[in-house]
Amino acid sequence: MLVESHVLEYPGGYTRSVGPIVGRFLTGLRDAEIVGARASDGRVIVPPLEYDPTTAEPIGEFVDVGPGGAVTAWTWVAEPRPTKSPLDDPFAFALVLLDGADTPMLHAVDVDGPDAMSVGMRVEPRWRAERVGSIRDIAAFVPEGSAGPTPESPAPTTEEREPVTGIVSPVRLEYEINAGVAQTKYLRGLAEGKVIGQRAKDSDQVYVPPRGTDPTTGVLTEIDVEVADSGTVTTFCVVNVPGLSELAPEIPYVCAQILLDGGNTPWFGLVQGIEADDVHMGMRVKAVWADELEASAASIKWFEPTGEADAPYESYREYA
Amino acid sequence: MRDVAVIAFAQSLVGHDREHNEVELISPVVQAAVSQSGIARHDIGFTVSGSCDYLSGGPFTFVQGLDAVGAWPPIKESHVEMDAAWALYEAWVAIQVGDVDSALIYGFGKSSTTDVHEVFSLQNDPYYVAPLWPSTIDMAALQACAALHAGVTTERDIAEFSAACHRAARSNPHAIAAADVSADEVLAAPMTHPPLRDADIAPITDGAVAVVIAAAAVARSVCDRPAWIRGIEHRIEPQALGVRDLTASASTRAAAEAAGVGDAPVEVAEIHAQFGHEGPLLARALGLGADTVVNPSGGPLGANPLMSAGLIRIGEVAERIWDGGVGRGVAHATQGPCLQQNLVCVLEGEGS
Amino acid sequence: MAPKLSAVIGVGQTRHVTARHDVSMAGLVREAARQALDDAGMDWSDIDAVVVGKAPDTFEGVIMPELYLADALGAAGKPMLRVHTAGSVGGSTAIVAAKLVMAGIHERVLAVAFEKQSESNATWGLTVAMPFQAPLVAGAGGYFAPLIRAYMARSGAPRHIGHLVAVKDRRAALRNPNAHLHLADIDLKMVEESFLLWDPLRYLDVCPSSDGAMAMVIGSESVADAAPGPPAWIHGTAMRSEPTMFAGRDQVNPQAGRDCAADVYAQAGITNPRQDFDCAEVYVPFSWYEPMWLENLGFCPEGDGWKLTEAGATAPDGDIPWNPSGGVLSSNPIGASGMIRFGEAAQQVRERAGDYQVKLQTGRALGQAYGGGSQFFSMWVVANHKPD
Repeated sequence: MLVESHVLEYPGGYTRSVGPIVGRFLTGLRDAEIVGARASDGRVIVPPLEYDPTTAEPIGEFVDVGPGGAVTAWTWVAEPRPTKSPLDDPFAFALVLLDGADTPMLHAVDVDGPDAMSVGMRVEPRWRAERVGSIRDIAAFVPEGSAGPTPESPAPTTEEREPVTGIVSPVRLEYEINAGVAQTKYLRGLAEGKVIGQRAKDSDQVYVPPRGTDPTTGVLTEIDVEVADSGTVTTFCVVNVPGLSELAPEIPYVCAQILLDGGNTPWFGLVQGIEADDVHMGMRVKAVWADELEASAASIKWFEPTGEADAPYESYREYA
Repeated sequence: MRDVAVIAFAQSLVGHDREHNEVELISPVVQAAVSQSGIARHDIGFTVSGSCDYLSGGPFTFVQGLDAVGAWPPIKESHVEMDAAWALYEAWVAIQVGDVDSALIYGFGKSSTTDVHEVFSLQNDPYYVAPLWPSTIDMAALQACAALHAGVTTERDIAEFSAACHRAARSNPHAIAAADVSADEVLAAPMTHPPLRDADIAPITDGAVAVVIAAAAVARSVCDRPAWIRGIEHRIEPQALGVRDLTASASTRAAAEAAGVGDAPVEVAEIHAQFGHEGPLLARALGLGADTVVNPSGGPLGANPLMSAGLIRIGEVAERIWDGGVGRGVAHATQGPCLQQNLVCVLEGEGS
Repeated sequence: MAPKLSAVIGVGQTRHVTARHDVSMAGLVREAARQALDDAGMDWSDIDAVVVGKAPDTFEGVIMPELYLADALGAAGKPMLRVHTAGSVGGSTAIVAAKLVMAGIHERVLAVAFEKQSESNATWGLTVAMPFQAPLVAGAGGYFAPLIRAYMARSGAPRHIGHLVAVKDRRAALRNPNAHLHLADIDLKMVEESFLLWDPLRYLDVCPSSDGAMAMVIGSESVADAAPGPPAWIHGTAMRSEPTMFAGRDQVNPQAGRDCAADVYAQAGITNPRQDFDCAEVYVPFSWYEPMWLENLGFCPEGDGWKLTEAGATAPDGDIPWNPSGGVLSSNPIGASGMIRFGEAAQQVRERAGDYQVKLQTGRALGQAYGGGSQFFSMWVVANHKPD
């Protein structure tokens, strides 16, 4: 089966504005301080929630907490995630109840092994040297007394003294996506220079590219039908927006819906080899194949006009 | 309230599916459930699904699921970005409104496409927790530690629950983590995510599920022994681990009380426990007695298709009611870090 | 069994902008929710259940953010649902919330829809390339522009029609303090000279990208009768979906939209939408979708939508104002836009639309949202009086 690696990542990371409450907490972290906020029932909540979990009202006044505290729960991470986990070497995640706080906060604890962890153990934050106003300004918690002096942040510029208003969150996720039975057949067909559509057993409607089912019934399309690599432009647009795709040609370029001969669903593709202004509905086009064919949609580079007379409107009206 | 029953349930043979895409996974399951229901596809009044775009790696990926259900002519249809158990809740509400008498509910997801334990770290508070990337196992393990330390469960209780689930899974053709394992054997294994052991962690599973529910008149006309939904309730807790009692599952308790779990003996319970410690914790919150058979299907520790597993719990109880063996059962579904949100459904056979 | 009556008794929304830098996600939804509660004369503890709707979570990179938002929305200890039906989600969310009341399950439900899409980028969010698909990505406009061309061929509509809508809706938005775009100088020439993006859509024919939130409190009949402000009684709700692509699909005038409209009109006793409504708030993210939806929603015969637009019928001083709030063309926080349509329709019949209030004669308004490949539709009819 065909499997492709896929990365879901917003380039540069998500830019999150944090608002005044979260901002105050993060500003404190940048200054190597930890604050909580008082809830309506008197509890000091750390990190401060913006809204009281009991009453839903805005949270109350800020309260300094820590720096030391006690572990209330922990687990061990034997295989840290590169670039994601707070530490590169195995570490503990823990809930840490800071002195003066009534609710524990989640963070990492840097010790040699799970044997060094226990509920109730005293810990303190080890601060990162370069702090930006992020939960990761605490590099990790460590056994109390072992953190050493708090590193001074480099001399703050005027800009850096402004309260923290936002964070940047890189999010990169990796997937292995398989094409599925229908698409695999279709892509393997492309590798042989063929366009393979599919239809369901009791239907004559040919789906190309096939996606697995006849959507009108939900039934799997199990019958292969080879269709032509030529067809009719049913409708199109001229794209004038640069940079939508790394593989896009120079603007302006034409994206069209093309009804392939023998197929019953429009194919979305590029039309090239003609001035964008000359493309029109009903135009007859034929696929231009890549020099080297493979089981990938890239095997068909684009469609070009065949020079035949236009297809009559009635022949594709149902599709446009 | 109108009487509504579960009348059909189908799930895919689950595992790591390297062959089918989501649509191909859903189609046979929907066909099977509709066929089992005895109602023609176009007579089913409403269709709702539950899924998560992030399991497919892109936005709007739930849309492709629609290709599997025959949405032509156009259908009344909705979707929740939640476990399909909540899709069933939305469908139940639609039947209560009165303009539809039946509904098709489906859930799907291919967890094997990615590191789901890492991906679902993104369910956490985006400012305070998510930047640390605690996995769903890390979060669950913290809750397990809290529960053990508070004495609401023991290592042995957890191991008994996990072992029982794996043993029960042997009789479930849809399970992928079946094993003839004892609590002692579980306890002898290392804690890979202390205090959790591998046997305490649900397997990565791909799958789809479909269920049909119907109002009384329709249900009685097509089903010999409908599984009546006598109560269905759900509640959510604040997300921050620090502000809630991780040992008590308050939202499960509240949903269970509202749904009337305690009104009569519970013969069977299917609990959406994806981690061993959740079993004892949820059983307590649901108020289950020693006589209740818990997770006869093996539960999520036997097979855990994300976004479907909660609905499967409802289907598994319903199936045991149709068979005549069970008169009253409870199904539970959960989502969110450390059991943040919980749904409880009480099902009964006729005359129960 | 007849559904119980329900009504909108509180509406709130943020001032929609390109990017909110001053609030967290919680802060954003709170603004809208708090306004809706205040409007309804209620507090968090009065609410029985919360229904949240938004578009794909990839926009903010938080999976199911409603989970983290539970306490901000006063949902802790209550039932909460999260609806996701692509672009129509704001509308479906309102309908799910209304159904909870119509079924007699709850008396007071808070519905919230939002998007904080500036945390990433809407164009990126809408065009994430997936494996095995054609390597070309044309953008959202690139999907709809060919359908617009097909509409123009079917109807013979002249090329400037879309631009008329672009001007009309932005001028209407000048009277809506919550609208994102306030383009005081907009005129036909400005639109015609704006950058051609996807022929025939020019830059000013296209909606903005906005951060924003919308909230409504929906109450039962007895709650609405006792509410401090005028209720918008819900006379009908409908949802329809069809597959993205199938052989012979009419992508331009989708059956699902027509069926959805027929359903909600039958519920509400609407036989001539152009006459029976005082106005309509309809999801028009690309200017040409106004004439297309005029036909799809039965405001005129097929092929005549552009004539209504051209004649000024849908202008604020026309006989059937469309999008007096400025519509999606003036504000588009994607997950919220559907609910903004539904909520603005409610505000019109409640006579709470301030400077963009239309004159009420029938006291009825239509809210419509669509999503996906023109395949998901949600609609409701609201009125300033109870159904007969």
